[in-house]
Order: sequence, then C-alpha cells, then structure tokens
Amino acid sequence: MATQHSRSAARLMMAPAVILLLGWMLVPLAMTLLFSFKKYLPLRGGDLGWVGFDNYVRFVTSSAFWPSILTTLIIVGGVLIITVVFGVLLAILLNQPMWGQGIVRILVIAPFFVMPTVSALVWKNMFMDPVNGLFAHLWKLFGAVPVEWLSQASMTSIIIIVSWQWLPFATLILLTAIQSLDSEQLEAAEMDGAPPLARFGFITLPHLGRALTIVILIQTIFLLAIFAEIFVTTGGAFGTRTLSYLIFQRVLESQNIGLGSAGGIYAVILANIIAVFLMRIVGKNLD
Amino acid sequence: MARTVTTQRKSINTLAAWSVGLLIFFPILWTILTSFKSEATAIADPPVFLAFDWTMENYSAVFERSNYMRFLWNSVVIAGGSTLLGIIIAVPAAWSMAFVPSKRTKDILLWMLSTKMLPAVGVLYPIYLIFIKLGLLDTKVGLTIVLMLINLPIIVWMLYTYFREIPGEILEAARMDGATLREEIFYVLTPMAIPGIASTVLLNVILAWNEAFWTLNLTAAKAAPLTAFIASYSSPEGLFYAKLSAASTMAIAPILILGWFSQKQLVSGLTFGAVK
Repeated sequence: MATQHSRSAARLMMAPAVILLLGWMLVPLAMTLLFSFKKYLPLRGGDLGWVGFDNYVRFVTSSAFWPSILTTLIIVGGVLIITVVFGVLLAILLNQPMWGQGIVRILVIAPFFVMPTVSALVWKNMFMDPVNGLFAHLWKLFGAVPVEWLSQASMTSIIIIVSWQWLPFATLILLTAIQSLDSEQLEAAEMDGAPPLARFGFITLPHLGRALTIVILIQTIFLLAIFAEIFVTTGGAFGTRTLSYLIFQRVLESQNIGLGSAGGIYAVILANIIAVFLMRIVGKNLD
Repeated sequence: MARTVTTQRKSINTLAAWSVGLLIFFPILWTILTSFKSEATAIADPPVFLAFDWTMENYSAVFERSNYMRFLWNSVVIAGGSTLLGIIIAVPAAWSMAFVPSKRTKDILLWMLSTKMLPAVGVLYPIYLIFIKLGLLDTKVGLTIVLMLINLPIIVWMLYTYFREIPGEILEAARMDGATLREEIFYVLTPMAIPGIASTVLLNVILAWNEAFWTLNLTAAKAAPLTAFIASYSSPEGLFYAKLSAASTMAIAPILILGWFSQKQLVSGLTFGAVK
C-alpha cells in the first residue's frame, strides 16, 4: 500500500533519530579508538605519541582484567537469575484473587522509583553496616556474629542491592503477561487432572516466553552499565570491580586515557558479543 | 465459567502477598521512618520502629547543609527536558516505522537498541573533551542532550510498539472521508496515540531522573541533579543515619509520588508496550 512518495517521507521522518544516534555512537567511539593507540596522560605530559597495541596488551595482561570480566558476568547473571525466578513466583502470587491487590502492587513497584545512589547508600549504611545496620541487629538477635557484608560478602551484597532494584520490573512485566493468559485453558487442564507443576510448565511458562525475553533484554542492557551501586558501596574494592569500573578507574583515577580507551574498546567488544547473542534471541521472539 | 474461590484460600493469598509486598517495600519504609528520628534513636540498639519522638530536625538540617531546591530544579529540568526532546525526535521516527514499514525496519530498531549496550564508561573521556570544547560541561543543556540520546532508543521502541497497535483501516477510512494528512494526524492518530505517549513519557522521566553515570560524571556544582546531591551524603556523613534518611527521602519522594499516582500508565509503560 505504501507508495514511493510515502516511503521517502518515512525515511525523512526517521532521519533525525537515526543520524543523532549514529553520531552519538560513532564520534566518541572513533575518538576512543584513536586514544587507545596513544600514550595519553593528561596530567603528566598529555599526548605522548603513538604506541601501537601497547595499551591493549597492557590492559589484558594486567592482573585485574580477567577478574573484572568474571565479576561483570557474575553480577549480570546473578541478578538475572534472581529477578527472573522470584519475578515469576511473585507474578503468580500477585495474580491470585486477594484483597488489596492494587496496594500490594504499589508496594512491589516502589523500589523501581528509587535512584541507584539512594538505594546503594541506604542498603550500605542502614542494612549492611556491621555495627548499626539492621542485618547486624538481626544476626545478634539470633546469637550470630554480624557479617561485614560489603567486605566479606561483597558480591552477594551488590547482587542483593541490584536485584532489589530490578525485581519490580521483572515482576510487573511477568504479571502483565500472566494476566493475559486464558484461564479456561488452565481450568481445563486442572479438570483433566494435570498437577500444578505440569500446568505451570506446559501452559504458564510457554506463555511467558515473550515477556521473559523482554525482561532479560532490558535488564542486561541496564545491568552491564551499573555504576552507582559500586561507586557508592565498595568503590570497586573487595572483588567487585566490573569491567566498566576498571575502565573508570584507569580513566579517572589514574588519568591514563590511552590505557582506559583500550579497555573501553574491550568493553565494546564484550557488549557486542552479548548483544549479538541477545538480539538473535530477541529477533526471533519479537514480532 | 469463572472459578469460585473460597474465602479461606483468598485469605491465605492476601496474607502471603502482603507479607512479600511489605518485605520488598521495607527498605523504603525504614528510610522514611528513620528520617523522622533523632540521630541517637536512629542507631538505637535494639532498633525502634514506631515508638519514638518524631522530629523534623533532619529535614531542616539537610536544607541548611545543601541547596536542595537547586538540585531538585536541575533534576526536573534535565529529566523533563530530555524526555520532551526525545519524544519530539522519536514520534516521527516511530510513526514512519509503524505505518510505512520496510524490510529494514526491524533491523533499524534492533540497531538503535544495541547502541544502548555500548559501555558509557568507554566513551566518557571523548564526551568529556567534546563537552569542554563546546562549553557544555556542568550545564543543564549538556546533560539534557546526553540523557535524551541514551534514552532515545527506548523511546523510539516503545512508541513504535504503541503505534503499531493503531489499525491502519481507520486511517484509510479517514482518508476516504476526505481528511488531509494534517487532519489525519491531529484528529485521528494523535488521540489514539496519547495513552502510549503518556506511558513513554512517564517511564523516561523516571529513567532520566534516576540516571547515575552521566549525571555524576559530567556535573560539578551548577547543574548537579538529585543523584549527585545524595552522593554527597556518602561517607563519612553517611554515618548520620537520620540525616542520610531525610536526604534520601527528599531525593526519591517526587518520583515516588509521581509513579504512584500514575501507576496504570506506568505499568503499561514498564512493559515497553511489548507485553499485553
């Protein structure tokens, strides 16, 4: 139905968004690529000329590199697993008939509105502090020795904080999807004698496929970029240095732009690997 | 036939759901409660829940210590401005993708989304240099542009999924009745698109309000929004729980209230229009 005329009009309407995003992607990336081949120390002499692949080699061979990749994957993977599993369970619970469903939903959404700097500070001080935190009081109540969360169980702590922030998102999307499930299908299965687990596995779960795709896609995008939660709590110490945070330290704390830029290119590569992987799943499920 | 539910079963559901809901909400509730305690009560052992002397002293202390209104204003301008700008650029794009789709439409959408996966920290220094060159460092204009760009893919995607729901036949009918393109857009499409646009706006205001990488790294004193305001309460002042709580409550209250009032649009926005 689309005519030649409407097609060129469409292209024109799309142009601003495409051009802006292309510029936003390419210009800084080109600069990062350029810097990555230079010895560039703004506070100690500035641009000290080309050094070939030195920065790339130094970045990978630094002892912090592989742990940072692992940390990144553990945080993203851990939060995804927790939010998806508990998200499905919570969505099923919230879908049951009850009193005050609207209010419960408000309570469950709330963490999504809390900015990362606030939630990190509140968890760090008021819950995980080994002396005055609520967890410490709780542990003492049961006669246990309070845990120094952010140093002894640093990764667990970060995953708890970030999962708390993202659980509402997963729950709501999955709840919306469950609500559109045809209840007659479930009732028919129940009458035919299918046990609850089978009903869940063969009817509910397949119905959630698309919603789960959205949850995983959107969360991965945001989880790869988490920054404030680490910046405010551990500052990258105690094994919580993600790849992003490592690059941040090279660029801002050591002011080594060349090295940081090489790290940036590695991060782009990692993001691309994950993106290709994700887009392939999403491309199939989104239509 | 709707299933009949026994009162007993409903009671159990209610009890379970409320317990979980309150557990998830508890950190926020605890923060709000603590903001009304004195510093001594805030760290009392064992902790006090409700039976304490409620005080407003922490709020006045926070107001004295930092210029809350300026941070709040910066947050409002940056979150509102970047969303408005993003909508203006994204509406035509999403529109043409939804109504004049081509073979490449889906590829373009996925490409746009993939730009969001680029690690921000990898381009921090180039952006910093560009900002210095253009005099945008620590300005609301600069931050508005950056936040618009990072949220643009999500805005386009959400609007596209909403627009796609509008049946093309309605447009054809309007055209046959002699509506011009302008009339078609203003009287037929816009009214149908308003709920989708509203949800998109809402979600993006929240994302921009809570964004905490660019807002922390590209601002100093003048343009810093609430994310930076609260970061300044990190150590060692973080040890003053009551004041930290008051500052936290003040930072999240505007968006919490906005979110709760517009819950319905928000839920549909949160699903990015992709789940029904």
